[in-house]
Amino acid sequence: MMKKIRILIAKPGLDGHDRGAKYVARALKDAGYEVIYTGIRQTPDAIVKTAIQEDVDFIGLSLLSGAHNELFPKVVELLKSKNADDIIVFGGGVIPESDIPGLKENGIRAVFTPGTPIKDIIAYIESAK
Amino acid sequence: MSKDEHFQKRRKDWEDTTVKKTTDRFPERKTEFATSSWIPADRIDIPESGDFDNYSDKLGFPGEYPYTRGVQPTMYRGRFWTMRQYAGFGTAEESNERYKFLLEQGQTGLSIAFDLPTQIGYDSDDPIAEGEVGKVGVAIDTIEDMEILFDGIPLDKVSTSMTINAPAAVLLAMYVAVAEKQGVSRDKLTGTIQNDILKEYMARGTYIFPPKPSLRLITNIFEYCSAEVPKWNTISISGYHIREAGSTAVQEIAFTLANGIEYVKAALKVGMDIDSFADRLSFFFNAHNDLLEEVAKFRAARRIWAKVMKEKFNAQKPTSMMLRFHTQTGGSTLTAQQPDNNIVRVAIQTLAAVLGGTQSLHTNSRDEALGLPTEDSVRIALRTQQIVAHESGVTNSIDPLAGSYTIEKLTDTIEAQAWHYLNKIEDIGGMVRAIENGYVQKEIQDAAYRYQQEVESGERVVVGVNKFTIKENPPSDILKVDPKLRDLQINKLSEIKKLRNNENVTQKLNELRLAAQDPDINLMPTIVAAVKEYATLGEICNILREVFGEYQESIVL
Amino acid sequence: MQNLARQVLKQDIRAIARSISLIENETDITQKEALIDTLHPHCGNAIVWGITGPPGAGKSCLLDRFIEHLRQDNKTVAVIAVDPSSPFSGGALLGDRLRMQKHATDDGVFIRSMASRGHLGGVAGATADAIKIFDAAGFDYVIIETIGVGQTEIEVMELSDIVLLVLVPGLGDEIQALKAGVMEIGDIFIINKKDLDGADRLKSEVEYVLSLKDSIESDSKHPICMTSATQNDGIGNALSQINSYFAGLRDDGRLAQKRKERIEKELKHIATTKIMASANRFLNIDQRLNGWVEEVFQKKVSPYKLLNKKIGDFLQEINWQ
Ligand SMILES: Nc1nc2c(ncn2[C@@H]2O[C@H](COP(=O)(O)OP(=O)(O)OP(=O)(O)O)[C@@H](O)[C@H]2O)c(=O)[nH]1
Ligand SMILES: [Mg+2]
Repeated sequence: MMKKIRILIAKPGLDGHDRGAKYVARALKDAGYEVIYTGIRQTPDAIVKTAIQEDVDFIGLSLLSGAHNELFPKVVELLKSKNADDIIVFGGGVIPESDIPGLKENGIRAVFTPGTPIKDIIAYIESAK
Repeated sequence: MSKDEHFQKRRKDWEDTTVKKTTDRFPERKTEFATSSWIPADRIDIPESGDFDNYSDKLGFPGEYPYTRGVQPTMYRGRFWTMRQYAGFGTAEESNERYKFLLEQGQTGLSIAFDLPTQIGYDSDDPIAEGEVGKVGVAIDTIEDMEILFDGIPLDKVSTSMTINAPAAVLLAMYVAVAEKQGVSRDKLTGTIQNDILKEYMARGTYIFPPKPSLRLITNIFEYCSAEVPKWNTISISGYHIREAGSTAVQEIAFTLANGIEYVKAALKVGMDIDSFADRLSFFFNAHNDLLEEVAKFRAARRIWAKVMKEKFNAQKPTSMMLRFHTQTGGSTLTAQQPDNNIVRVAIQTLAAVLGGTQSLHTNSRDEALGLPTEDSVRIALRTQQIVAHESGVTNSIDPLAGSYTIEKLTDTIEAQAWHYLNKIEDIGGMVRAIENGYVQKEIQDAAYRYQQEVESGERVVVGVNKFTIKENPPSDILKVDPKLRDLQINKLSEIKKLRNNENVTQKLNELRLAAQDPDINLMPTIVAAVKEYATLGEICNILREVFGEYQESIVL
Repeated sequence: MQNLARQVLKQDIRAIARSISLIENETDITQKEALIDTLHPHCGNAIVWGITGPPGAGKSCLLDRFIEHLRQDNKTVAVIAVDPSSPFSGGALLGDRLRMQKHATDDGVFIRSMASRGHLGGVAGATADAIKIFDAAGFDYVIIETIGVGQTEIEVMELSDIVLLVLVPGLGDEIQALKAGVMEIGDIFIINKKDLDGADRLKSEVEYVLSLKDSIESDSKHPICMTSATQNDGIGNALSQINSYFAGLRDDGRLAQKRKERIEKELKHIATTKIMASANRFLNIDQRLNGWVEEVFQKKVSPYKLLNKKIGDFLQEINWQ
């Protein structure tokens, strides 16, 4: 049997707009990945602990409230502190273009803004796995 | 009398009674209405011949049952809809400035956006609020913030709409208390609180408590307002967010009306008389790009609600049967790509709302898919409404699309499909159950998935996104909230906690706990008393969390 | 490798998680076998529950509540939540965890979602070994939530000390399920969603069917509990029924018996899979099978005669005594 790629789709922060996250989760399942979805209002700590227990290869963070600059880097930081920074973190949501370089510097490996076709996300996962 | 004369006779009746009653009190904006080339525009146009009974049943006349053609007899000939831009960000001071700017620009009502910690009942200093303070709206911790928010804005002169749900009782209490400090009596207050918890469970996500105590809070507000704040709209039953979550137009109205039915049932259960609160229920819908479908949707919603109120709940007062609604243009239709195209989308959606007979409207700003809207963008959005109101001419005759084969067929179809859902939800045992077992969420999710797949495959064109794309430079002037704002807000809060009379606060909170434990007590007066002592929003909600417990998400993947 | 096992025994979360992946992926069979063998002496302390029942019965919500209670007693809990893999894409959307996510930050709780990856029987191929990993790592309870498919999750019986069968009113096919023998799986019967109409009726139906069953197997009485997971009602009572049922099993030796049966099945399973695997290899070497087909087709030889000889060759070839 072959190794399966496992992906955690998580919603940090307090916004309840989970349409995008649920869409991505389902589309990634249809693309053959094993996807775990956390539900809304997750703290960075909960996300990281979940990712480690589930032994995922990727964490996809979705946030629409504008708190990405605070919360995305926090997830990466916590992963590092638990020696789990081999898990690749990517993000999506309403994220101004000008915030993307800063997020990348902080270890968010890719950022997908609204309107990104799912095939781009899949292509990213395939290239990074 | 020949069959066809019926139409003219009834029209005359309508003019002489329904219309006259209104125009006597509220004259129309002009004595004569005409197109831009001076062709006279009648108040309404009706068939010259045909099946009169069928016309009466389905369409009727504006301001008359079943209200398909509008809830007021003169509609926009009397006055335009309320142009109400939803705004709020950062601190209460900053938001206060934005409100004053909007009022100067000719806006006629305020619409307050709260940040997420406020919407979920946490103070700005709660660890969970990290990164969220002041982001999607204004942060309110105590009545002090509320006072600053409305500083220099006389509360008897503006109508205020507050997008607040789970802790609606607390924010309403603060508003009432601020009015008191301004010397404005409660019966002068006009406005709306969203207060629609059911759609939070199924689409928007800012719930706190489980359904049962949440419904109690809602009926507490109904009762309190009906006695104390009679002009206040106690709930805005919202399909907007259901649509944003990806539902179809049919699902939007069906699930919203089903929620409405649930609220009515809850109020009847605590012994309220249907006609004592039904006219305070208001609705809130989305306007999308499919112009004709949207117009038909609004018309169908009015017709269904009138039937539900009359036939199911036996309402007697006409105002109890009228579905009055606010509209916001569809946030999810905005694209981050070529954002100026959004101005055109919003213009189409504005037309949809106006042709559909909305009572008030928020138009989105072109840059909302990128971040917080700038002042320029907000102005264009407001101008869009003003252009439709003053230049387009669609306001001259009421329900001008009526009688179009397409519109009427769409209206009938949407109505039939919505009834199908309403019956299904009834079979499940009501909306609370349908939410708890994930049925509604699943229906919405499936529609959202299907839509997105069509966009992905290119079958559905989104201009600038999957067709007609260009290479763009990232937008430059995007408004951002100062990340240090949370510290400011936390300092303010700890100052207040030092200055207030903490003994009184503890006492009021204890009273609240006791009151909450007894389901027969109305919590509003206790909450008003607590906010006056500067008890924080978080403190109040935590007491209620302790007594009521917290809701857990029940989506089905 | 020994290193990984050592880390598991030290309750290192990452190592536990990785070990489960190692088992699931079967990328390195030797490593996997060595891991399980190293952990084996440390197994046998955990209490293993299986929780099964129709889709949407509230298995995950109930688990969420049970965890809450078990944590109040300072018990550590590991959950293996199995969901189906899509037969089309091979992907899976693992949704059970969503209902238990409030325990995500509790270090005494480990939740692992597992896709069935084509394995039938309501669990995944890796479930049995994953239980051992949690057991060896010292979790007090290991709980398996099966796929809610209806009637085929028999395998969970073979994996757990106690099976909780969750039933709910309003599915319309209760009686069918009872007749179809799903009832045979359960040790404890939990009627969840007691806040809904029909729960009491369902309870008397279950009682009736059980009275028939219990009169045949006189060794124990199967408790029936009524719960409402969403309203947090009846959970404590259910838990104490489960615990005393377990104590009964343990004290009169049935638990050891059960576990021995489990080992027997496991050994048989390992043996047959291994033998099958090498037999398959043998049959395919140099296209032997094709050659035999031809011989049998042309009546040069008859099947039994051929195979009795060939199997003799095979056993010699692999040096099997
Ligand atoms: N009314 C009521 N609803 C419940 C109760 N327990 C669970 N539910 C609802 O039932 C639905 C399914 O619950 P889950 O816990 O996911 O059920 P499950 O058996 O784990 O489902 P699968 O894993 O998908 O087979 C959810 O929407 C819950 O909110 C209960 O006691 N009463
Ligand atoms: Mg489950």
